[in-house]
Amino acid sequence: MEPAVKEHVQKEIDRLAKKEVFIHLETTNGAYASHFDETFFSSGAYIRNAQLVYEHGKVTGKGPYRVGLKMNFGWVYAEGITHFEVDEDNRLLLAGHDFSGKLAVALQISETPFE
Amino acid sequence: MEKERHVLVIFPHPDDEAFGVSGTISLHIDNGTPVTYACLTLGEMGRNMGNPPFATRETLPKIRKEELEEAARVLGIQDLRMLGYRDKTVEFEDEEKLANRLGVIIGETNPSLIITFYPGYAVHPDHDATGAAVIRAVKELPADKRPKVHCVAFSNNCEEEIGQADVVNDVSAVIDRKIAAIKAHASQTQLMAANMEESIKNQDPEVLARMYKERFWTYKI
Repeated sequence: MEPAVKEHVQKEIDRLAKKEVFIHLETTNGAYASHFDETFFSSGAYIRNAQLVYEHGKVTGKGPYRVGLKMNFGWVYAEGITHFEVDEDNRLLLAGHDFSGKLAVALQISETPFE
Repeated sequence: MEKERHVLVIFPHPDDEAFGVSGTISLHIDNGTPVTYACLTLGEMGRNMGNPPFATRETLPKIRKEELEEAARVLGIQDLRMLGYRDKTVEFEDEEKLANRLGVIIGETNPSLIITFYPGYAVHPDHDATGAAVIRAVKELPADKRPKVHCVAFSNNCEEEIGQADVVNDVSAVIDRKIAAIKAHASQTQLMAANMEESIKNQDPEVLARMYKERFWTYKI
């Protein structure tokens, strides 16, 4: 992955707008967070292959970035995006890695289902 | 350590075998005991991607699969089975179906010893769910056909509630292979492995105790 470049990410979000797409969205603090620090409240969410169409999407912030996708009847957003990649299947992979390099958030958009 | 007929190791993630069990696996293999390792997932949800990141959410499973195969090769495990579940979802599977699937593997390999996680005391929900499914599958067997089950436990409260480990294996004779198995899971252990080798060189007593002694709790079924 490469450090996210706002203009480039925006272009990719635009490319996938108004199409049936599959979304992977995840936030995680890792399964061991509360084990190492019992005062830490562990939480996370995960959705793989939600199928939707977004009307438009936007990348904002100065980095780490926020990305929001507006649908006719709802929203998708992710915060803390640091890296991006368009992989060989032309899928847009956005990820946020924390200060130690561990994945904390992922938002991925594809025209075909993620396996 | 007793000589076993066949050892069946059942864990949910590539690298679960490396830290607490790879020395014991090596000792069994040196004893001439065949070892089967059934690994439920490919650790798809791992958070270590390298820094700078060399893996993505989508490439991580492929990388970890290769690492798992390399770890098995280093340890001399001939029978590695990847069961195709998804990381972080094991606890949401149908418990009966999962136990039945493991039951088939137990029936086929006919182990005298199963090594898995201690349900309720293994921190990660996949660990607890895997251990619970193993126990459920073993309970299905007639009492005189049940293998021993040695469990790995490491939750903060485990010793308070289930006491001290009753099986402690000294794996110092195979420590090089253990370190090689840990290193095989490079995407997950890169940083840790370097620190660990340094600590071993410096004879850090805490690290030595953790690395050289593998601890298990016999599950009373």
